Amino acid sequence: MKKNTIRIGVGTGFAGDRIEPAEILLEKANLDYLVLECLAERTIALAQKRKKANSSLGYDVLLEKRMQSLLPKLKNKATRIITNMGAANPQAGAEKILEIANQLGISIKVAVVTGDDVLSKISLDETVWETGKSLSDYGEILSANAYIGANALLSALQSDAQIIITGRVADPSLFLAPMIHEFKWPLNELDYLAQGTVVGHLLECAGQLTGGYFADPGKKDVTDLANLGFPYADVSNDGTAIFSKVENTGGQITLQTMKEQLLYEVLNPTAYTTPDIIADFSKVVFEEINPGTIKVSGVTAVGKPEKLKVSIGYNAGFIGEGEISYAGENALARAELAGEIISERIRHLYTDFRVDLIGVNATHRKAFRQIEPYEVRLRVAGKTQSSSLAALIGEEVEALYTNGPAGGGGARKNIVDVVGIVSTFIEENQIEISTEKKEVHLNEII
Amino acid sequence: MKLYEVAHCRTGDKGNTLTMSIIAFKKENYPLLLEQVTVDKVKDHLQGIVLGDVERYELPSLGALQFVCHEALDTGVTTSLAMDTHGKTLSYSILELELS
Repeated sequence: MKKNTIRIGVGTGFAGDRIEPAEILLEKANLDYLVLECLAERTIALAQKRKKANSSLGYDVLLEKRMQSLLPKLKNKATRIITNMGAANPQAGAEKILEIANQLGISIKVAVVTGDDVLSKISLDETVWETGKSLSDYGEILSANAYIGANALLSALQSDAQIIITGRVADPSLFLAPMIHEFKWPLNELDYLAQGTVVGHLLECAGQLTGGYFADPGKKDVTDLANLGFPYADVSNDGTAIFSKVENTGGQITLQTMKEQLLYEVLNPTAYTTPDIIADFSKVVFEEINPGTIKVSGVTAVGKPEKLKVSIGYNAGFIGEGEISYAGENALARAELAGEIISERIRHLYTDFRVDLIGVNATHRKAFRQIEPYEVRLRVAGKTQSSSLAALIGEEVEALYTNGPAGGGGARKNIVDVVGIVSTFIEENQIEISTEKKEVHLNEII
Repeated sequence: MKLYEVAHCRTGDKGNTLTMSIIAFKKENYPLLLEQVTVDKVKDHLQGIVLGDVERYELPSLGALQFVCHEALDTGVTTSLAMDTHGKTLSYSILELELS
């Protein structure tokens, strides 16, 4: 049956997001769809590394925790979950969901959508979009995933699966897909796709629409961030949507939060590009119906993208870090001296090396104001292809305890195995989407 | 007067590119943003942070400007040596801009 409106909520805005906002949405918002968006640029490359180490892994690391909490609440509800928590291994992610359902005694049907992994189709001769260099100039290639669009999810939506799990579907497409499915939008009705895409874009970072990443005490106050509620949208069959959140949750949806999120990570507001559409966000109309309830309309299409973007993960060596603190009289001069000592000893060993003074100039990479701080934390970081050279930075900083300026304390060291990301493009006809259904059926004992 | 007094900002990242929305608290201040928060001023203010080109998009119906700053994230989110690899804090660097 064709519906006139559907309610889509967002339960996670990134891989490490809070657990309970999705539970609250599922329990109280009467959703048709709950989207769990959990992939950033690098997440899938890291997941690919886990899959290489163990072929039954490579899905989102919090999948088990999220499903343990959500599956019992999904029972006896019509809400369907759409998620990219499959990351580098949607099949294994689906198997894990079935295993959890089995343990909990819940019958569930899961559809797995794959086809984003294009590692076997990528040539090292290809040109990197960001730099114009050849892919062969980069380190060992770890992963290549095409950003696939809403159409990839349509056959899964036509099945009776209650959970749809996939990998690198573009974030707004996870939300656009159920609109296309429910409203039977023809894929050549571009303005509908554009309007549906802005709805997806506004929802995709979850709490960032309802007051997260926004509060500034005294200037932009937000109530009860400790219990931030995530948003949902009542989408009409013309793609216009009314945004709100569950009553008595923290945060707020205002014109200000909507504007900030509309423009978040947008490289061209007149040509926002996804695998599905190029949309003109500059024409958007926000209308506050009631406090906390905002209607979004007005977005139209500019065209369709010619190719799909491919996100390529490569081995980029190691980053070593070391930190140590100084406080009280002359703390800044002592921290500076500590930095000079480290630079003299090891700076020449690294391709890229930096000394930051936390509390002075570290976060913005420079200082817009000079104030003598009470305490300063020295941070030293360097990039290298050698893990032992990466470790040396922390070791040298730690050695400042007994060899450096007076009163150095709280040394910490860290090594990061760096996965870099660059992009190329692929023709859509090179992508082969596959949908498979899996299920656990348990005879209920009454 | 600082930009902080009249506008709010959110930054985002795409590779080595930083996006920065500058949104007037009151729409009547949009012409002030248009006149004073120019590409040249932003480049000058963010010297040492933004190394590449800067583009400005004007969004009068939102009372907002969108800046797209290239080569702004110390080689990019995934490979940057900086503490704030995403440039999430950089919204408050542009809000330090003095308006005349």
